[in-house]
Amino acid sequence: MSRIDVRKTYKLYIGGQFPRSESGRSYVVNDARGKLLANAAQASRKDARDAVVAARAAFGGWSGRTAYNRAQVVYRIAEVLEGRREQFEAEIRASEGVSPAKARAAVDAAIDRLVWYAGWADKITQVVGNANPVAGPYFNLSTPEPSGVIAVVAPRGPLLGLVSVVAPLVVTGNTVVVIASEDHPLPAITLGEVMATSDLPGGVVNVLTGSQAEIAPWLASHMDVNGIDLTGVEDAELATELEVAAADNLKRVRRPAPDTDWLAEPGLDRMTQFLETKTVWHPIGV
Amino acid sequence: MRSDSSLRRFLHGLPGVDQVGCEARAAGLGTRSIKTTSKAWAIDLAIRMVDLTTLEGQDTHGKVRALASKAMRPDPADPTCPATAAVCVYPDMVATAKQTLGDSGVHVAAVATAFPSGRAAMDIKLADTRDAVEAGADEIDMVIDRGAFLSGRYLDVHDEIAQVREACARPDGTSAHLKVIFETGELQTYDNVRRASWLAMMAGGHFIKTSTGKVQPAATLPVTLIMLEAVRDFRDQTGQMVGVKPAGGIKTTKDAIKYLVMVNEICGEDWLDPDWFRFGASTLLNDLLMQRTKMTTGRYSGPDYFTLD
Repeated sequence: MSRIDVRKTYKLYIGGQFPRSESGRSYVVNDARGKLLANAAQASRKDARDAVVAARAAFGGWSGRTAYNRAQVVYRIAEVLEGRREQFEAEIRASEGVSPAKARAAVDAAIDRLVWYAGWADKITQVVGNANPVAGPYFNLSTPEPSGVIAVVAPRGPLLGLVSVVAPLVVTGNTVVVIASEDHPLPAITLGEVMATSDLPGGVVNVLTGSQAEIAPWLASHMDVNGIDLTGVEDAELATELEVAAADNLKRVRRPAPDTDWLAEPGLDRMTQFLETKTVWHPIGV
Repeated sequence: MRSDSSLRRFLHGLPGVDQVGCEARAAGLGTRSIKTTSKAWAIDLAIRMVDLTTLEGQDTHGKVRALASKAMRPDPADPTCPATAAVCVYPDMVATAKQTLGDSGVHVAAVATAFPSGRAAMDIKLADTRDAVEAGADEIDMVIDRGAFLSGRYLDVHDEIAQVREACARPDGTSAHLKVIFETGELQTYDNVRRASWLAMMAGGHFIKTSTGKVQPAATLPVTLIMLEAVRDFRDQTGQMVGVKPAGGIKTTKDAIKYLVMVNEICGEDWLDPDWFRFGASTLLNDLLMQRTKMTTGRYSGPDYFTLD
């Protein structure tokens, strides 16, 4: 007797949970040859709202962790991802139709990228912070602090692209609501499963799948979101619209970057973009 | 003349509450979907029904003044936003609240009678009440003696309510409104909630209120449902209308709307009015304001844009 398939339901990842979309909708995800791969949850504006609430609730605790601890947690994500690499390779091959070697290289790169950013968690302050010289008996210290809740529109390139936009925000202490690539959402949700089992507190990263044109405007205009990364927005008109909406509460905006080479070493700007510099004066004493 | 035994006969003769049915009914009413214009109407009504409350040992005159200002103009950015029904404070803060509120129409409610435990001698409770009324309280929130109620001394509870009601009288012949708090979290059973509701109404309470907010669980939908049924039946039998105030634990607009749906379904539209239904809450107001802002501006708002209190 043949065994009955146990198929996975791809849901959202919000506040450490895997809920279905509040709207009850789902959409068809096809593989590279246009055949049905799975149904993914199609998030609505209310899912985005819930995700922001979860991200806001998680912000105090996460940004209050020591940088060392954040590094450990992000490194742990890399460890757990390494253990589940076959699943990611299979998903990447199915959704993009690439060769096994290419899929393996993509997962390698994603894991390495996590480790690279994990290393930066306790070093970024020394690099972008400063002890400023002032004309008086004071210490004048500038230190970077996370901006808060950041909405991210993830680029194509299901795993590496996603990791490359989320990891820099998480290591610096921000919390994230990310809209996964519309065409390749499955690795994003599987990555959610990895994060859920990597000591990353619930709500630090929230993954929505669905239409970016539908969800992104609500995040861009949301008054409780402190920054928005438009990396994955390919429609120039939509990008402009989102930038305008984001201006209402003076969000930090990272503009679209369609031709990024995700395999190249990323540099610091994805981390520094969503950091605020706090400068304090302190008497030197005797 | 009422006696302990006549009260017991009556109260224990009330039909028992079907616990499962009551909870299922409350949960069922909670699933109604209220959208767009109905939602906007419900939010404004809920704001008008809020008794904006601060009952902390750390309350200061400054905090009470700030709260009273917020009660008058909950959303300073939007003049169309209605005022709340009242501010609810400890008796020693009544004068401060009254001074800020002036003749704005926002009432001052004071918790009296050794709130929240109610464990004090009767003359102290009455003095507490008179103090608050003299200081200008429009409404008195009293707590019942749960010990007496649970041990079956219904007459004591009845007389205490009646005496506090007398103490609410002002020299000019008018009287402060009396809300009777049951602390349903301590009453153990739904049957007791029903009995306490009838007892308080018979003793002359103008409002029956679920909880002090100091004991968990505070207000819940099933408990409020039982109290709403009681006030409905009381009006059917006596023609007198009594108000209901759930207090404590109502934090979101969604919760508040569930209560309003229940009021409408159990008691009817007559009770959909700040004179007959109130929310005892503090954090609820900010959520109502955020939802209201979302409906007027079309974008989600955040807690950064409303006062902390």
